[in-house]
Amino acid sequence: MAVEHSTGTSVPAPGDQTRIHNIGYRSYDGPRLGRAYARRSLYSQSLRGAYGLGRSVKSKVLPMLLFVVMCVPAAIMVAVAVATKAKELPLDYTRYAIVMQAVISLYVASQAPQSVSRDLRFKTVPLYFSRPIETADYVRAKFAALASALFVLTAAPLLVLYVGALLAKLDFADQTKGFAQGLVSVALLSLLFAGIGLVIASFTPRRGFGIAAVIAVLTISYGAVSTLQAIADAQGSGDAVPWIGLFSPITLVDGVQSAFLGATAAFPGGVGPSTAEGVVFVLVALGLIAASYGLLMRRYKKVGL
Amino acid sequence: MIATESLSKRFPRVTALDRLSVDVGPGVTGLVGANGAGKSTLIKILLGLSPATEGRAEVLGLDVATKGAAIRERVGYMPEHDCLPPDVSATEFVVHMARMSGLPPTAARERTADTLRHVGLYEERYRPIGGYSTGMKQRVKLAQALVHDPQLVFLDEPTNGLDPVGRDEMLGLIRRIHTDFGISVLVTSHLLGELERTCDHVVVIDGGKLLRSSSTTDFTQITTTLAIEVTDTDEHPDGTRAVREALHARGVSVEDGSGLPGAGHILHLTAQGEETYDLVRDVIADLGLGLVRMEQRRHHISEVFTADDRNEQRKEAVGHGG
Repeated sequence: MAVEHSTGTSVPAPGDQTRIHNIGYRSYDGPRLGRAYARRSLYSQSLRGAYGLGRSVKSKVLPMLLFVVMCVPAAIMVAVAVATKAKELPLDYTRYAIVMQAVISLYVASQAPQSVSRDLRFKTVPLYFSRPIETADYVRAKFAALASALFVLTAAPLLVLYVGALLAKLDFADQTKGFAQGLVSVALLSLLFAGIGLVIASFTPRRGFGIAAVIAVLTISYGAVSTLQAIADAQGSGDAVPWIGLFSPITLVDGVQSAFLGATAAFPGGVGPSTAEGVVFVLVALGLIAASYGLLMRRYKKVGL
Repeated sequence: MIATESLSKRFPRVTALDRLSVDVGPGVTGLVGANGAGKSTLIKILLGLSPATEGRAEVLGLDVATKGAAIRERVGYMPEHDCLPPDVSATEFVVHMARMSGLPPTAARERTADTLRHVGLYEERYRPIGGYSTGMKQRVKLAQALVHDPQLVFLDEPTNGLDPVGRDEMLGLIRRIHTDFGISVLVTSHLLGELERTCDHVVVIDGGKLLRSSSTTDFTQITTTLAIEVTDTDEHPDGTRAVREALHARGVSVEDGSGLPGAGHILHLTAQGEETYDLVRDVIADLGLGLVRMEQRRHHISEVFTADDRNEQRKEAVGHGG
């Protein structure tokens, strides 16, 4: 009960805490945190959205399932390594993402369209741009969010492997170095896949098309590249094998890590690029990431309002 | 609130705005024009999202060319088209939009609850938007434009797609945005009639040019047409005719509204001011008839301006703009 005490003091009466709210309009005088805050909010909302958090139960199923599928093999390898008292893990940290690339592609294909196609399809984009944030803020937030989501997806199993390796009392320095190399590699992979996925998805408001297009680009390019590599290897032109690897995202990452991160290339014949060739791989990878960003900026300049 | 000076926007093939100079003060202002008259283009420029080809504009005293972000922080915008994702609830969506406007998380939640209540969404706000009626969706769109307590809000065709009841509710709500919330409103429509009842001031644009800018009281005094319908009694088997004759005797000319709906039963007369209403009331009471309705006839924009009037306004607009 709100009983007004006219005590005549300026100290707020305890009744103030419990009084019934005035249902009239209250204006807002609090802080307005501006662009940087809005960008961070969009980032965290998109990152959570990439795992279905804050969305319907139905939209949690696929990302969570893929996350589990990514981690289970790592857990099994750890269990085997611990049980058999192996001297090393059955799979290198850097190799894990390459082996699991189908799962990663599926994740990008499902989450890149949900991140950007929805805003286009339901024409929510104008609501963002009628607020303090600008094109660059939107693009950066979405890009960073999907890259972070991918990093979580790809780094989590490496963490499982690392923790398992330490539990199995494998060499600490060795394992830490491998783990660090793996993290750098999946960070690059996350940026690259996020950029490619978002660019493709941002050109279609239809989620289905987006999913199909991303899967097509990632798998067809990998299929074509590995076929050509196999042919080149079989015909004895092994020199060409690394160069062909430049033309699909996953082989590009594989090339970078075989040149600089101590990985063994999954290329036919096991020939990775040399250091000089590796520089080209790094430049191409960074160039692709920058180009994705540029294309997204151009795209969103057009769909403004 | 808004001031434009010789504002033009030209696209390669069309001129969307042609040297538009207009001043808009606080209150509810209607922006009327046919489709393609340049209403949406004007809003885009005022939000600082599209540069003007020439001329300048200020919103809340801030230049749109350089202070776009600052303007957008203090202004709300409700687009004409659908803009709501169907798979989230109104609460989640509006909270997110509040944060996009820079409100801290707790404030965003509080303001969302308040705003949704003020626009008339209660329990349904926790359900996904996909299941809402058009009227409810319009309310959510309005809520996201108001959630950060702007000083000015742009509403682009807010009554589009609503049935007559929904339309009246929306117009009432728009009125309250100013009277109760203290937020100024710029509302666009292609129907002058509905803005006449809601707005303090009406700006009419056509082909990107200013046709007329005046307060609604000026408007209605000159142009109001009253529609009157009365009952018949034994004494006056044709009540409509009796009223017409009685009014005629008092020197008021009455059209029988031929060609308009309800012709023969509804009388149309031009109201000269308050006294016309009183006169009609007295005449009908003297005859002992029942007054079924007496209403202001809704105008379509094209009816308001006779050809001469239109030309005169054009000249004025050009003089003003030049």
